[in-house]
Amino acid sequence: MAEGQNVRKLVDIKNERLSFFTPAGEVKALNDVSIMLDEGEVLGIVGESGSGKSVTAYSLMGLTAHPGKLLDGTLWFNGHQIETMTEKEMRKIRGNEVSIIFQDPMTSLNPVYTIGNQIEEVILLHTDKKRKEAHERAKELLELVGINEPEKRLKQYPHELSGGMRQRVMIAIALACEPKLLIADEPTTALDVTIQAQILELMMKLKEKLGMAIIMITHDLGVVASMCEKIAVMYAGKIVEYGTAEDIFYHPKHQYTKGLIRSIPRLDTKEHERLVPIEGTPVDMLNPPKGCPFAPRCEECMKICLREMPPVTNFGDAHYTQCWLNQKEEMEGGTANE
Amino acid sequence: MKQNPISFQLKLNPEDFLPATEEEKESLVIMRESVSFWKDGFRRLVKNKVAMVSIVVILIIMVFSFIVPSFYPYSYKEQIKGANNLKPMEYSEKELEAIAAGEKVFPHIFGTDKLGRDYAIRVMMGSRISLLVGLIATAIILVIGSAYGSIAAFFGGWVDLVMMRIVDIIYTIPDILLIVLLSFALHAPLEALTSLPGFGWIRTVGENLISIFIVFALLYWVGMARMVRSQVLMLKESEYVTAARALGVGNGKIIKKHLLTNCIGTLIVTTTLQIPSSIFTESFLSFLGLGVAVPLPSLGSLASEAINGLNTYPYLLFIPAALISLIILSFNLLGDGLRDAFDPKLKN
Amino acid sequence: MLKYIAKRIGLAIITIWVVATITFFLMNMVPGGPFLSEKAISPQAQAALEAKYGLDKPLFEQYITYLTDAVHGDFGDSLKQRGRTVMSIIKTKFPVSARVGGISVLVALCLGIPLGCIAAIRRGKFIDSFISVVATCGIAVPSFVICTVLMYFFGVKLKLLPTLGLTSWKHYIMPVIALAFYPTAYIMRLTRSSMLDVLGQDYMRTARAKGLSQVVSIFKHALRNAILPVITYVGPMLAYTLSGSFVVEKIFTIPGLGGEFIGSITSRDYTVIMGTTIFLATLIVVMNVIVDIVYKIVDPRIKLK
Repeated sequence: MAEGQNVRKLVDIKNERLSFFTPAGEVKALNDVSIMLDEGEVLGIVGESGSGKSVTAYSLMGLTAHPGKLLDGTLWFNGHQIETMTEKEMRKIRGNEVSIIFQDPMTSLNPVYTIGNQIEEVILLHTDKKRKEAHERAKELLELVGINEPEKRLKQYPHELSGGMRQRVMIAIALACEPKLLIADEPTTALDVTIQAQILELMMKLKEKLGMAIIMITHDLGVVASMCEKIAVMYAGKIVEYGTAEDIFYHPKHQYTKGLIRSIPRLDTKEHERLVPIEGTPVDMLNPPKGCPFAPRCEECMKICLREMPPVTNFGDAHYTQCWLNQKEEMEGGTANE
Repeated sequence: MKQNPISFQLKLNPEDFLPATEEEKESLVIMRESVSFWKDGFRRLVKNKVAMVSIVVILIIMVFSFIVPSFYPYSYKEQIKGANNLKPMEYSEKELEAIAAGEKVFPHIFGTDKLGRDYAIRVMMGSRISLLVGLIATAIILVIGSAYGSIAAFFGGWVDLVMMRIVDIIYTIPDILLIVLLSFALHAPLEALTSLPGFGWIRTVGENLISIFIVFALLYWVGMARMVRSQVLMLKESEYVTAARALGVGNGKIIKKHLLTNCIGTLIVTTTLQIPSSIFTESFLSFLGLGVAVPLPSLGSLASEAINGLNTYPYLLFIPAALISLIILSFNLLGDGLRDAFDPKLKN
Repeated sequence: MLKYIAKRIGLAIITIWVVATITFFLMNMVPGGPFLSEKAISPQAQAALEAKYGLDKPLFEQYITYLTDAVHGDFGDSLKQRGRTVMSIIKTKFPVSARVGGISVLVALCLGIPLGCIAAIRRGKFIDSFISVVATCGIAVPSFVICTVLMYFFGVKLKLLPTLGLTSWKHYIMPVIALAFYPTAYIMRLTRSSMLDVLGQDYMRTARAKGLSQVVSIFKHALRNAILPVITYVGPMLAYTLSGSFVVEKIFTIPGLGGEFIGSITSRDYTVIMGTTIFLATLIVVMNVIVDIVYKIVDPRIKLK
């Protein structure tokens, strides 16, 4: 790490395993997931729906939904050991040290309360501010997220605002107590393309201003490319490749990552050149294959991939994959990648 | 800092790193078999124990009310002399003599009423009436309601507007008042009608029963009409119907494939839940003396008659009361089960 | 909002007019007229009576007269209870029914909503199964069954509660239970399912993510949303309570308007039938309008429509 000691580790998830015990059987949503994040850093988690990106982030907030259960692993956040904390202790952190914005701003705000009420609520909960001060702070926050006429907006109900506006309100709520970490769970998926860019820009601006770390969950590689320093690519509950944005985009190692990057439309492609999709469908998480979950869709699939879970192959400090092919190349080529 | 733990944990053969064949890859993909909507729903229904028990209960009650009475040794209007107010399984003196003489006498399982009629057969006939009313009334509601609702939705515009205003008005009319009023007012005209040739059957069924049906036909369909209309409208505007149309699928096929399969689940559920509510209303009216004509029994009128003798013959009340509750409960539970199985939108 | 209220009131007035019209013509459809059952009335006396009540005039004129009088709160005189106007009967009987019905509605709301919420929050636990079973059975039992069973056990067998009349608080217990039983069960089911729905909403996740405690998020964020469907049920519930009161007042011989209505049908007291029908219909329609407006106030989303 270049900056040395003055950068503090904010998030350290080690070997997290989490399953949902549904009536149909156990769904291994997270299988040996490890994530690290420094203060002020932006991490992107990319993957298809159901790959476990959101589950990872929610578990960090202790928000795992009902049939889900943390089976193994340690989760450190800002000096707290999350998995050992009680619900009551967690409540002090949520909305305060770590906040989240959700995918759909249409449904994430309570329809029967005013915007003001919902912003002030979290301020009153986590600070000693009086009602009036909270109101002032709410106004400040709305200005911060670029909403004009804050006084008027505070009195409005969610249905009176547009989608982009509501997402700004969600960001205001998330930032109300100046959190150390902001989790953005597909914050722009439900928005118009033009609004998407505005919201992302706003988030980056606020990050610079407030110095918080961000975990950006998305299936949009374009979003992570423009924002994130580190990227984790998830597939079927595993992090299949982890590295810096440069590693992932210019030196992808895992077949899935390569496939993802091939499937992005580019400006510099030649005419008539087709985008390359990843063939096949994601695995059935109720009946995951024994070996590498990506094996059935992998073009380079080997016999061992079908049998055994691939080990970690490191390519330097913060770039690793879980793939037999990488392992094989490394065993053959020795320290070629070192 | 390289960790390579597997190489000593696993024995790796060079051939492990040979490319896997397509077949080997295929074998890994365990696809859940895809099932059709109906098959899937039916399977869910069969799995639902409560719903299955309800079906069995309804079937048993139907057998007892439609089949058993035809070979039951007593009739619902036959007044057995000297057998008034018998307790369950009791015999009259005459019947005791007959038994002593070696004859076989069928026991009065539920006893007899104050006119000496076998109560078991009356209860069975009562259930028959209640079930019939429930089913016929529901059929009427279903036909009128879905026709009205789909016409309104299909034509749209001012036709829809006018039709739905009428529904709004009927909806806000306190129906129970009008039911009582109608069954009272229709009594005489219907009675007059029975004297005409070809309408004699009305008397056997009872003028009140007919007026109950008329009331249902006049007032109770609005809920169904609203539901059907909203379903049709929703489907009409849904994107997959637009998509189907854009692909050049014909109207007939759209209706068959999309409208019906999507609508019918909700329709079945609403219909099933309408049956108990019709039975409920019938028993209520019969209890107030506005239901079926004597000597025809209905569960409501049986309960009503039993109130006067409540002190001495409480079972005369409890049997029909329990039965009516059981019937309504079973239909409700079946409806809930059907909803869970066939109505994906209402599924939780 | 004002436009909505105006529209709603307009619809209500039309509804009441429709009810009044139907009632009037239905009553006139009954052959023989109101005095047929009177014993051996001479044609002269019959004519005199009809003249007195305006029954000799053309039907349409009678209809207009009746409507104009009804608007002024005059439903004419009772035909069977000599010397009493329909309005005076309603005035003495209605408060009794309103008291029993009002208590029942309150009981149903105060029991149904909390129990439904508890069942939803404790979903899948014993208490949930218990409440669900009770509620499912509750909506399957007609009010007359509850009345009679209650009367048999608590009145006749155990002699704990009085079975007739309405003179002490003890007299209220059984009628209120009988009337509140079905609505309570229904509200429990309704609240449970809407609460479950609300608990799964994204804004509940937001509330948790804010760090709110379960109690606060349920009382502040869930309850107000979950209660909306219950408000819409209040209208039908009043109608149900009314029809229930027919049975309950008949069985427990409570001197209320429901019993009076049934009684007037049996005794063919036409003016009372018409008067009470229109009065009760107006009552329900007006209550429905109020409920609708309250709904709009509680749910801000609908204001724009």
